[in-house]
Amino acid sequence: MRPEKKQMERRSFLKISALAGGGVILGLQTGSQLFAQGRGGAPPAPPDPHNYIRVAADGTVTIVAKNPELGQGVKTMLPMLIAEELDVDWKRVKIEQADFDDSKYPAQSAGGSTATPTNWTPMRQVGAAGRALFVTAAAQTWSVPEGECTTASGRVMHKASNRSLGYGELASKVAGLAAPALANVTLKDPADYKIIGHTQPATDLHDLVTGKPIFTIDTKLPGMLFAVFEKCGVVGGKVTSANLDEIKKMPGVKQAFVVDRPEVKGPSLLSDPGLVSGIAVLAETWWHAQAARKALKVEWNEGPIASQSSAEYAKRAEELSKQAPQTTVRADGDVDAALKSAAKVVEAAYSYPFISHAPLEPQGASAHFHDGKMEMWTNSQQPGSGRRQVAQTLGMAEADITLHMTRGGGGFGRRLTNDYLVEAAYIAKQAGVPVKLLWSREDDMTHDYYRPGGFQYLKAGLDASGKVVAWRNHFVTYGEGERAMSSATIGPSEFPQRFVSNYSLLQSTQSLGIRTGALRAPGSNAIAFVTHSFIDEVAHAAGKDPVQFRLDLLDAGAAPQQPAPQGGRGGGMPGVNAERMKGVLQLVAEKSGWGKKTYPKGTAMGVAFHFSHRGYFAEVAEVTVDAANKVKINKIWVAADVGSQIINPGAAENIVQGGIIDGLSELMSQEITVDKGRVVETNYNRHGMVRMAQAPPAIEVHFLKTTYDPTGLGEPALPPILPAVANAIFSATGKRVRSLPLSKSGFGWA
Amino acid sequence: MAFKLSVNGHTRTVDAPPDMPLLWVLRDMLDLRGAKYGCGIGQCGACTVHVGGVAMRACLTPISAVGAKPITTLEGLSPDGTHPCQLAWQEIDVPQCGYCQAGQIMSAAALLAKTPKPTDKEIDSAMNGNLCRCGTYLRIRQAIHKAADLAGSGFTKSGAAVRNEE
Repeated sequence: MRPEKKQMERRSFLKISALAGGGVILGLQTGSQLFAQGRGGAPPAPPDPHNYIRVAADGTVTIVAKNPELGQGVKTMLPMLIAEELDVDWKRVKIEQADFDDSKYPAQSAGGSTATPTNWTPMRQVGAAGRALFVTAAAQTWSVPEGECTTASGRVMHKASNRSLGYGELASKVAGLAAPALANVTLKDPADYKIIGHTQPATDLHDLVTGKPIFTIDTKLPGMLFAVFEKCGVVGGKVTSANLDEIKKMPGVKQAFVVDRPEVKGPSLLSDPGLVSGIAVLAETWWHAQAARKALKVEWNEGPIASQSSAEYAKRAEELSKQAPQTTVRADGDVDAALKSAAKVVEAAYSYPFISHAPLEPQGASAHFHDGKMEMWTNSQQPGSGRRQVAQTLGMAEADITLHMTRGGGGFGRRLTNDYLVEAAYIAKQAGVPVKLLWSREDDMTHDYYRPGGFQYLKAGLDASGKVVAWRNHFVTYGEGERAMSSATIGPSEFPQRFVSNYSLLQSTQSLGIRTGALRAPGSNAIAFVTHSFIDEVAHAAGKDPVQFRLDLLDAGAAPQQPAPQGGRGGGMPGVNAERMKGVLQLVAEKSGWGKKTYPKGTAMGVAFHFSHRGYFAEVAEVTVDAANKVKINKIWVAADVGSQIINPGAAENIVQGGIIDGLSELMSQEITVDKGRVVETNYNRHGMVRMAQAPPAIEVHFLKTTYDPTGLGEPALPPILPAVANAIFSATGKRVRSLPLSKSGFGWA
Repeated sequence: MAFKLSVNGHTRTVDAPPDMPLLWVLRDMLDLRGAKYGCGIGQCGACTVHVGGVAMRACLTPISAVGAKPITTLEGLSPDGTHPCQLAWQEIDVPQCGYCQAGQIMSAAALLAKTPKPTDKEIDSAMNGNLCRCGTYLRIRQAIHKAADLAGSGFTKSGAAVRNEE
């Protein structure tokens, strides 16, 4: 029996150990080893000693980047936090990507724009504790008070005696010192930052522009075979028979076998079933495997969802909208009475489709099963749950599975699930050789965890002064009974709850065969479009200016009943600071010259704001729409409040602009449809993305610095752009589009 | 079938089916993994390389169609990563995930070889076949102008067309 876990201290402290060659390792240790070993229990395993900083005797500083890098810039940002407080010269810091190891590193995942808020303080503390140790070592060496020592560029200085020592020279002495508690270290005054707040280019930049093989798809192992995995087009379909003998004789093919999903137990598998039935083909190149696959003749048992279609989903939603809602998610005041007595009622039905993540690097992973152990190379956004799934599926101990975290060609939430990882592990174990599994683009688009479509039936009541007095939303979504599918929910605090006294959110579900999951700004990427398009309708019905109407609405909010959400996902406004939202709305109005310009017919501005992932964003788009409904975006203005500090300003601007462009793709052209249980759109030609010629000439990004701790930027820029552009199109043309994508209503890019 | 190829200035011989796309010959046989697979149908441009000085989608180019034409991949665009596009891409800090950027740079290099001072419109037109899922288009535009400036200032002459004449 282990000691009582709850007795264990969880305070963070530094672990120091000596490096061969006179260097030193500084690592963050939070909690106990017992926690780390006690998997399966309720508390997540806090980390155990590990390395963040290595200082070699020659002064070379290496900083470990612990999180998966898929383009969000975290491999640069997290080491910047450490390097700043360690007080070293950034240009001379080497950055090393960590393997997945939850016994050493906390929260090694990429999702929910959480890396900044989660790591802002502890990573700076790691750096500051490191600096303190070098100061102590130098002070002891010189027999002077620590308070007389200063640091800069990886050196400790004693000004009074004009002496200095490099960190490398002090490394062996530091190894013998007791570390300060992280909570006791002194952090720099932001005014003294030399690295944080100054643009630092991406860590892998040189490798990227010279074509170095650093992505997951580039993994190469001796004796490796290349694998494809054919699954049924209908989710849940199973292989009945296949012409494997024929396939095995095809050029370059080394192995071909049927994979049956084994009995798998585990709570993590509910929303991510992992391995499904299919056929693995392994060959000497990926092309040989893929070419052989095209000759496959498979008989499938397609299973129960083969009769489902998007047309049926829409029909069923329409039926449900006319029936009494199945569930009351929230009811404040008396919406029905308020609507009855309202001076004006605005009513509208909105809808949005399933869409695919479609990261440019398709799903895949490499795996080598040897000596009873599994070694893998993956760009998973949640390697921890991936390793658990591999262990559960293969009946292995997690300790026998090593995950190397290789760069990912985009994630956007697709790699939060780990189906491809489990497939690669299973196939490699079966094959007995190193295997690189790579999905085709068609596999990727037809076996996604899609952003769920949805239908919202809205009613708002205005009093005689144009104030919103009632808001009713009947949300028709996918799920079973009260339980909606992954990312197919609207939270009980979704805006404008708390800002309208009579508010109801009602829900009905219909069942769905395809899988859903989190796509960049999950929930919010659809909710913002509906909410802020409808608010725009209400503003126009009230005869008010859309910015002023929103400011008035934000002023009408009751006091927050709870603190702002700390969870990674989702939007909603529980406890959200209306003043911060007003701040960005006023800033974007000012920067864009809202209300101050006169435009020719067909050109107009639109505005929207949204809070998600702890970020406050308001955006204005200026568009020109011609007679043929061709839309040109002239300019976009963004105002954002993500706290007191933009850590890496250049990367911050880049990812905000990227989020905007991503949102424009969702707005105009992306839709996944289902027919006979199968996804119809199989490649980029049917699931369009903004291209160079359609990208706005300018996206102006303004950060409003506030006193709050910094938060993340991967997601919250995206949601408001959809309604901002849709509202601009309405102002330019009088056409209100309530269904995504706009292309279905005859719009296109100019 | 054996094919003799000129890749980044070196002669390479491969045994491959004639319909095997150049992309997979480069990636899985010749160990040149800079060019990326994204769609397989010429929609995304991540696989762009130069064949005879022209930007081509390697995923749709059968190896049998290459003949003696010299192939240049991102790895061979310059000996030391100093092609104006490579320098400009770094100076502007273009990439997010970076997966499409090999193709973007190869398309940009081909554009600049023909049109040393492209307008925004010429950039939009030449680059429209290269998708960037992260949406770095504004920085790509900026980097191409920067690369044009660098090349124009005589910083380096290693344009795509020049290298392909080797």
